[in-house]
Amino acid sequence: MKVLVAVKRVVDYNVKVRVKADNSGVDLANVKMSMNPFCEIAVEEAVRLKEKGVATEIVVVSIGPSTAQEQLRTALALGADRAILVESAEDLTSLAVAKLLKAVVDKEQPQLVILGKQAIDSDNNQTGQMLAALSGYGQGTFASKVEVSGDSVAVTREIDGGAQTVSLKLPAIVTTDLRLNEPRYASLPNIMKAKKKPLEVLTPDALGVSTASTNKTVKVEAPAARSAGIKVKSVAELVEKLKNEAKVI
Amino acid sequence: MTILVIAEHDNKVLAPATLNTVAAAAKIGGDIHVLVAGQGAGAVAEAAAKIAGVSKVLNADNAAYAHQLPENVAPLVAELGKGYSHILAAATSNGKNILPRVAASLDVDQISEIISVESADTFKRPIYAGNAIATVQSTAAIKVITVRATGFDPVAAEGGSAAVESLAATHDAGTSSFVNEELAKSDRPELTAAKIVVSGGRGMQNGDNFKHLYALADKLGAAVGASRAAVDAGFVPNDMQVGQTGKIVAPQLYIAVGISGAIQHLAGMKDSKVIVAINKDEEAPIFQVADYGLVADLFEAVPELEKLV
Repeated sequence: MKVLVAVKRVVDYNVKVRVKADNSGVDLANVKMSMNPFCEIAVEEAVRLKEKGVATEIVVVSIGPSTAQEQLRTALALGADRAILVESAEDLTSLAVAKLLKAVVDKEQPQLVILGKQAIDSDNNQTGQMLAALSGYGQGTFASKVEVSGDSVAVTREIDGGAQTVSLKLPAIVTTDLRLNEPRYASLPNIMKAKKKPLEVLTPDALGVSTASTNKTVKVEAPAARSAGIKVKSVAELVEKLKNEAKVI
Repeated sequence: MTILVIAEHDNKVLAPATLNTVAAAAKIGGDIHVLVAGQGAGAVAEAAAKIAGVSKVLNADNAAYAHQLPENVAPLVAELGKGYSHILAAATSNGKNILPRVAASLDVDQISEIISVESADTFKRPIYAGNAIATVQSTAAIKVITVRATGFDPVAAEGGSAAVESLAATHDAGTSSFVNEELAKSDRPELTAAKIVVSGGRGMQNGDNFKHLYALADKLGAAVGASRAAVDAGFVPNDMQVGQTGKIVAPQLYIAVGISGAIQHLAGMKDSKVIVAINKDEEAPIFQVADYGLVADLFEAVPELEKLV
């Protein structure tokens, strides 16, 4: 079974982002970039499926700038077999990304597509669901457990207040939540080997996909700053303030 | 302009998040219709008809919609949605699951988790886990939007008297089926919906010590969360994690215990109304966002707090 994994290059989760002075976006100059944490979990799940003998080939795909090759190489070092970069310097919306991924799905015909549930930059939480809609496949979003058996996959999903299990006919789309697995680190020999694995570069034009958008970001601002409050001296004073000043208990 | 709001429910009870979503729809302006897609959810439709400001309720009653499977519900919403200017759902696990599928079917971009309505086509939403706020304008003929409940005060659940119309439409894609559901039986509220959250960090030292937080939480009717450091150290399971890669919470009161205040964690809780920090390190960054800081040993302060509240 072929598994396609989509990964995104984003600002590292430990970086405190700053809004640009002209409110056009956040400042990404000289900022550490990494693979989106949920995408790392997606790669790990695919690698585990291959280790179990369920997956036979893992293709990793990213839509983004040429520098996203770094994240693709990381995925190759973690165990993916080959990589595809759909190169686009523009900031694409989730729908545009989903359309590009649909074109890759048509080309590669995977049985399972695994994506992160959301990217920690745009926080959209849309792409997997949109890809599922465009391809007409079933979707198992926010997955905490994935079990392939025969021509279906059982996905346990994190839902508000608990967990839900659905059964999807393959091919299907899965998006990962935090509890699905704990991603491994790439070993040095695997990092060296990854440099020799194939990485194909495509363009939206070559895939025949329009990336036009109905959303326009008008401005980006810093959130209202929270100022430090006061230090209380005792638990009794804290309780008094919470009851009488803040009135929250 | 007519707005379609997708009701959040479990076939028995209308979830409160629906009231916040109707509040967002009211800010956009125009007629508000509510869709109840489910099975045997007549009581939900009746409750939706009473919501202040709702003029019509559409009740799509079918086995295919019983478990809110997006493969079946999204085509229904997309088909109905063609007659509306906006389609809104709460940014709950259902709303997030279904609505992008609707947007893609309608070939429009979705606007996720809005926290304010600037005009009928312009909305504010947090990005980078709330470290920046984007103002987004949509040119789509049908605007597909999820609503972060904490951004809008709920409308009144009573006062309306909308007509309920039954829909005969059936969409059963046949690509997915419901297996089972396990809802946590905890008496504590759900983390993202709780009015009070008590969270522990690396300072808790081990998982057993979280019992102090559970005791305090039970006294306050609070949910219990944790920082990534506490989760990574194996004190508590992943689903308790509050932060950029965990759950985003905005309760009335957030009590951070033994949490230093890494950016990652702050991103998940800094929209809380009142923040209390208890930490023995007075230089901890958590104090920079706390309304009330207490420099103390948590193993003395937490049991004392439990006694006094």
